[in-house]
Amino acid sequence: MENSLLLKSIEIRRSLLKTIYNANMGHTGSSLSNVDILVTLFYQVMSYKVKDPTWEERDRFILSKGHGVESYYCILADLGYFPEKELDTFCQFKTRLIGHPNNKVPGVEVNTGALGHGLPIAVGMALAAKLDKKGYRVFVVMGDGEQAEGSIWEGAMAASHYKLDNLIGIIDRNRLQITGNTEDIMSLEPFKEKWQSFGWKVIEVNGHDIDELLKVFNSTPKKKDKPTIIIANTIKGKGVSFMENKAAWHHKVPDKKQLEKALLELSSQEGDLGE
Amino acid sequence: MNKIANKQIICDTLIKRGKENRDILVLTSDSRGSASMAKFGEQLPEQLIEVGIAEQNIVGIAAGLASSGKLPFIASYAAFLSMRSIEQIKVDLAYSNTNVKVVGISGGLSYGPLGMSHHALQDIAVMMAIPNMTVILPADRYETEKMTDELLKYCGPVYIRVGRNSVPDIHQSANFDYEIGKALTLTEGDDLTIIATGETVKSAVDSSKLLKEKGIKARVLNMHTLKPLDEKAVIKAAQETACILTVEEHSIYGGLGSVIAQTVIQNYPVPMKMIAIPDEPAIAGQQLELFEYYGISADNIAREAVNLVKRC
Repeated sequence: MENSLLLKSIEIRRSLLKTIYNANMGHTGSSLSNVDILVTLFYQVMSYKVKDPTWEERDRFILSKGHGVESYYCILADLGYFPEKELDTFCQFKTRLIGHPNNKVPGVEVNTGALGHGLPIAVGMALAAKLDKKGYRVFVVMGDGEQAEGSIWEGAMAASHYKLDNLIGIIDRNRLQITGNTEDIMSLEPFKEKWQSFGWKVIEVNGHDIDELLKVFNSTPKKKDKPTIIIANTIKGKGVSFMENKAAWHHKVPDKKQLEKALLELSSQEGDLGE
Repeated sequence: MNKIANKQIICDTLIKRGKENRDILVLTSDSRGSASMAKFGEQLPEQLIEVGIAEQNIVGIAAGLASSGKLPFIASYAAFLSMRSIEQIKVDLAYSNTNVKVVGISGGLSYGPLGMSHHALQDIAVMMAIPNMTVILPADRYETEKMTDELLKYCGPVYIRVGRNSVPDIHQSANFDYEIGKALTLTEGDDLTIIATGETVKSAVDSSKLLKEKGIKARVLNMHTLKPLDEKAVIKAAQETACILTVEEHSIYGGLGSVIAQTVIQNYPVPMKMIAIPDEPAIAGQQLELFEYYGISADNIAREAVNLVKRC
């Protein structure tokens, strides 16, 4: 089963690279970085109904690092929220597949793009679930560079104040932001301790290990009355060797040769999985 | 004459409606006292959400609550909500078209003695520039009560600016039709139109009485909704009266005067005069002292009206 998720991740990577190439625009490195987290959530963990995107009991998902939107759109298309053909309109004139999440697209809860907004919104959603005594969970994926925004910590304080154990934050900890290494731009370490001191249950995982991600997602909340933060250690540009760990790929678009090379690499990873 | 603060009326109305509808929530940022929402918190403790001094967070949390079917009213300082939370208002509320009511309390020069940090004289300009935002300034208790009830049925983000202090009644009773986006004609006249908004409407109405003694018939329009603007009423005023005078408790840039001028110039240009706060850090003083100093007084409005009518 996990094998099928690994294959799905490869498929989404392929799809997002083509989408970015066609649009000649996108955040390649950031999107490749969060694929495995999103695939695990959407194909295995979260409850939702594709045909009824506003189903009240659905788990909520917010991509706070809105620039990593390509994997998100490709997953929504693959799930059938909108026709896959529409991916060709990504970032094109009059498209609804705007370069950051847009809630006109079925399956997208809220618009994001300005950083540091997702967590406070997730706090509101989780609080609403508590007030209504509903069982849904709220998942919010944040970037690590984004952690420098003060509003993240305002949200962090509120989530633990209100004991929101139905709120799960995931940090795509790839250690790179647009200008370079997070620790050079604005250091986050000791990162785990920061979140702990804000009253969160902190779990560190390998953000590309789907088995590990599954185990953690399926067993949260680990602590009653505490929100959970999952620091997912990832690699920016994951899956394409020449894009990995390079800040330059934050929003660089592959040319035809690079695309072909990347797709070839993904095919060989697929082959390794025995397909 | 009865005097009560408009924020108090919002609280009283929300308590009444909140008992019937548990989805109505009030969010405060250590501001329940200043916002006159303490009573709401006492009577409906489950429906008051304290966020602490965190204006970005309060808007984000309200957006999350609204997206889950709640009816959140944020009651926090106009000065900070309109500046510190403005990106959250743009993205989380306006862009996502989220059903959140943002009540900016102690707007304008309400905190006159506390200085520019606490004056909210740019809030209207900022809010009006954001698509999807509705912008409302109620004048007295009758209007505020009707407005609050309307807001509960009005889906989408709204910015409401109220003052801190008690304000005198403009209306004799609650016996008038109120519709968001529709100006109220308070006095009829054809020599000029005085358009005012929010808690300056009183001065405009009083000035029309002084003008009457001088034989000048002023039409007074209470423009409680600045956005969407009742353009019809403005164009009609331009066509039927010779000139327009605007009065507001806001910077001369981007407030009522600006938006009326914009409408007039594109549809039916007539001479105009704007009374507003000039482009300077406002001086300190009690709100009414400052109204006097900056010309938002019945006497001064009447004087400016006479000069304007002479020019036309």
